[in-house]
Amino acid sequence: MDFAMSSKKLTLGAKFRAMPLFLVMLICIISGLGAVALYSAAGGEFYRWADKHILRFGFLFIGMVIIAFIHLKYWYFLAYPLWIAGMGLLLTVEIMGQVGMGAQRWINLGFMNLQPSELMKIAVILALARYYHDIGADKARQYTTLIWPALLMGSPMALVMVQPDLGTALMIGMGGIAVLFLAGVRARLFVGGIIVGAAAIPLAYYYILQDYQRARVDTFLDPSRDPMGAGYHVTQSKIAIGSGGMDGKGFLEGTQAKLNFLPEKHTDFIFTLWAEEQGLMGCVLLIGFYLATFIIGFVYALQAKHVFSKLLILGLIINLSLYVMINTGMVMGVLPVVGVPLPLVSYGGSAMLAALICYGLIISARIHRGEPMPKGNAF
Amino acid sequence: MAVTKHTKQFSRRAFVLGLCSTALYGGLFTRLGWLQIVNGKQYQTLSDNNRIHVNLVTPVRGYILDRSGHMLAYNEQNFRVQIVPEQAKNIEKSLENLSRIIDLRQDDKLEVVKRAKKQAKFIPIKIKDNLTWEDVSAIELSLPDLSGVSIDVGQKRLYPYAEYFAHMVGYVGSVSEKEMTDNPVLRLPGFQLGKSGIEKTFENSLRGRAGTKSIEVNSSGRMVRELGEEKGLMGNPVSLTIDRDLQKRTMDILAQHKSASAVVMNVHTGAVYACASYPSYDPNLFATRLPTKIWKEWNEDAGKPLTNKALSGQYPPGSTFKMITALAALEAGIANKSTSAYCPGHFDVNKERFHCWKRAGHGYMNVFTALEESCDVYFYSLAEELGIDKIAAMARRFGLGQAYDMAIPMEADGLVPDKMWKRGQFGTEWHLGETINATIGQGYMLTTPLQLAVMTSRLCNGGYAVKPWLVAHDGQYHMPKRQKSWPKMRIKDDYLRMVNRGMELVMMGDDGTARSAAIKIEGQEMAGKTGTAQVRRITMAERRAGLLSQEEIVWKHRHHALFVGYAPFDNPTYAVSVVVEHGGSGSGAAAPVARDILKAAQDIDPAKTQIQTKPLKPRRVQ
Repeated sequence: MDFAMSSKKLTLGAKFRAMPLFLVMLICIISGLGAVALYSAAGGEFYRWADKHILRFGFLFIGMVIIAFIHLKYWYFLAYPLWIAGMGLLLTVEIMGQVGMGAQRWINLGFMNLQPSELMKIAVILALARYYHDIGADKARQYTTLIWPALLMGSPMALVMVQPDLGTALMIGMGGIAVLFLAGVRARLFVGGIIVGAAAIPLAYYYILQDYQRARVDTFLDPSRDPMGAGYHVTQSKIAIGSGGMDGKGFLEGTQAKLNFLPEKHTDFIFTLWAEEQGLMGCVLLIGFYLATFIIGFVYALQAKHVFSKLLILGLIINLSLYVMINTGMVMGVLPVVGVPLPLVSYGGSAMLAALICYGLIISARIHRGEPMPKGNAF
Repeated sequence: MAVTKHTKQFSRRAFVLGLCSTALYGGLFTRLGWLQIVNGKQYQTLSDNNRIHVNLVTPVRGYILDRSGHMLAYNEQNFRVQIVPEQAKNIEKSLENLSRIIDLRQDDKLEVVKRAKKQAKFIPIKIKDNLTWEDVSAIELSLPDLSGVSIDVGQKRLYPYAEYFAHMVGYVGSVSEKEMTDNPVLRLPGFQLGKSGIEKTFENSLRGRAGTKSIEVNSSGRMVRELGEEKGLMGNPVSLTIDRDLQKRTMDILAQHKSASAVVMNVHTGAVYACASYPSYDPNLFATRLPTKIWKEWNEDAGKPLTNKALSGQYPPGSTFKMITALAALEAGIANKSTSAYCPGHFDVNKERFHCWKRAGHGYMNVFTALEESCDVYFYSLAEELGIDKIAAMARRFGLGQAYDMAIPMEADGLVPDKMWKRGQFGTEWHLGETINATIGQGYMLTTPLQLAVMTSRLCNGGYAVKPWLVAHDGQYHMPKRQKSWPKMRIKDDYLRMVNRGMELVMMGDDGTARSAAIKIEGQEMAGKTGTAQVRRITMAERRAGLLSQEEIVWKHRHHALFVGYAPFDNPTYAVSVVVEHGGSGSGAAAPVARDILKAAQDIDPAKTQIQTKPLKPRRVQ
């Protein structure tokens, strides 16, 4: 393989200068809003969640910059090893769960609980991006080339599903399928089957199933998340969001959250608290910041020169977008409560780690967009 | 780099995904708008309902006061332990744990469980009240193990004079199933309502209005903070005409007998100063669970402690009725100052012999001496010409045979028989013999001590149809001052004076039946009339065998002893009636009691006290 495609050397200073400042700023703003929400969730207490959230962001932000500075070709090389490492972690969790006390989804690292499934979403996208980068767009049209991608997606999905965490498994699947679609797999496959099917699931769920059936599906999808009766959390969450109105009840004035009517108010239901206190305006603002990062990523993908970069950036954007959609959708009562956090805002290390890795890789692809890549397959 | 066909495809597909995402985000924003803008108001209400509970606050019950403002019933703090079903994880478990800390009866536990199934889950249920401080602190310490259990401070009704006022004031008790209505106040834990006496009659005045307390609760229903409070209204005080001291003295005087009752009232105004029935009961015992043993004792006691005999006891008036017969005869013109009759000790009519209480006879009697010595034959002799209807009419004019609005339940009507009554009751004609019995207050005639006091008042107040009253003020309107407003009875003052003279002679005449019970203090001298009512007819066989003395026969077969009187004799203020059940004779048992009461009434002189409508001491009396 030819590694030296360009003689141009990208210095550290140049990388700093190439950092997309606006995107980085948006990431910081979103995390800052998260800290504000967590401060309120703790009833106006800083040293409960907000402090750790900021501290964690500080460390992980440095991690993100390091990831961004690492040459994209190394991420290309690491794509499969990382996938194997992710599978190893998933298996470890699975075995620990079998041996230890009941089902467990995380590994305790001391300073945080690491959920391997969060990292696996990224590893799958990396691996698929590399696979299609290697084979090229023409081969992507052949059905036989679907075997490897199916394995790359299917095996982690199966492992996550037995945890059981159907929500995450579906997210891995949806992210992977999006990459396949972008890579040039025959459109009829998606048009005919998957997109219709995938779109039909929430539609059928929302419009065809009866309330009690929906509740059953909720509890079926994730029984351990819903110990108090299927409807309670979502009902209370809807009341909280709805009562926020246009302007919200005001910072620290969210009664639903403060009086503990909200479940998981600092993790999965943080958006509910935000909606209650900041109203529709606050929600549009927060989701708007996310959308801005996605649009920036979208533009980066279009401007990227290698298949690997293009697929990686858009795959990661879709992954991030799925977090936001599923999380807000579930607290608004349009999706079953499947335990997906709001990246950078929800309290919790794994989600923030995953989100910042995603943004780090996107920035890396952006910084190194002019750098030569192995194989050099371009569209 | 040239834009290849593959790049175009990628861009196309990226836009497709972008459009899909845009559509999905559009959906999310629509949903957000639907929740926050379209249904925002509705969710705002739901959110408020979520956190705001409106709790009722038990109103403080109004005081019951005597005429000077002494509290006859007031409230004290009562610590009780209660449980809120919706807050309890397991009611049985909580009760089980609680019974290890305080003494709980199995019945009580079952009652709580039963109630929890019946009523709304957020209403607290009383488990036990009247807790001691030790109990309260022990429970507070173990509250973590007692889910749903809490300590509450309520009000406890207290009757400081216990037995002395029980029949009048009554008592309160827990709401029974029958008394339960939709009024949520009745479901408040530990709420008590009047079960008897003034407590029952004036329930609406005494109850007051419940306040409300809005509290913010968290998702487990626990109070976070108070949002607002609407103060309730304390119940109105009810003031009685009763004088605390006279009532107590009267009860104490009655206590020398096994069973007796008395009424003291103002002859002019009708205000009742004392209304006593001995024996009595302690109404404070009803505040907690009444031991069955005591309840049984009260019910089996021959003195009927649970009955207010002053109002519900019905007795033949006996010789205390003779004034009425005399007045009827005087008004009918059958008797006058100078007419007399001879008493040989008996009176024969239609082969039937009616005895005078004095077997040897009284000799020649006029209306004065007949009352003084209580000669029966003199009155027998008037019977045939007078007829029962005139006697009955006079009795009614003097207030017999009717109930008064004393505001205490169970007041008896008494009975004044006449021809029509007998026809209606038995379908038979009236006999002369029955008239003869009626002249001396025997036979069908029944009166209550209250009616006898009214009769006595009307005899001595210058001929006014005074009526008795017990409640001076119920917090809403003043009972009218009735001093001079009673209608004049159409009866000649001369006749009344003659009867009064006879009643004076009973106490002061040389042969007065109650001369030994007279008040000798100048200015306090009394007038009165003894009465002895047969409980059971004396058979001819008994008469032939020789009459036994009253002490020799079974208590419950002895005569009732009665006395009516007033004082001071020349300018009366107080009228009294006394009935000593099975006391033997009016002169022996009832007269001394009446004397002591009239003496006490004049000493205490409640007529001089203005009626107070506010408690004497703002807090409590002991």
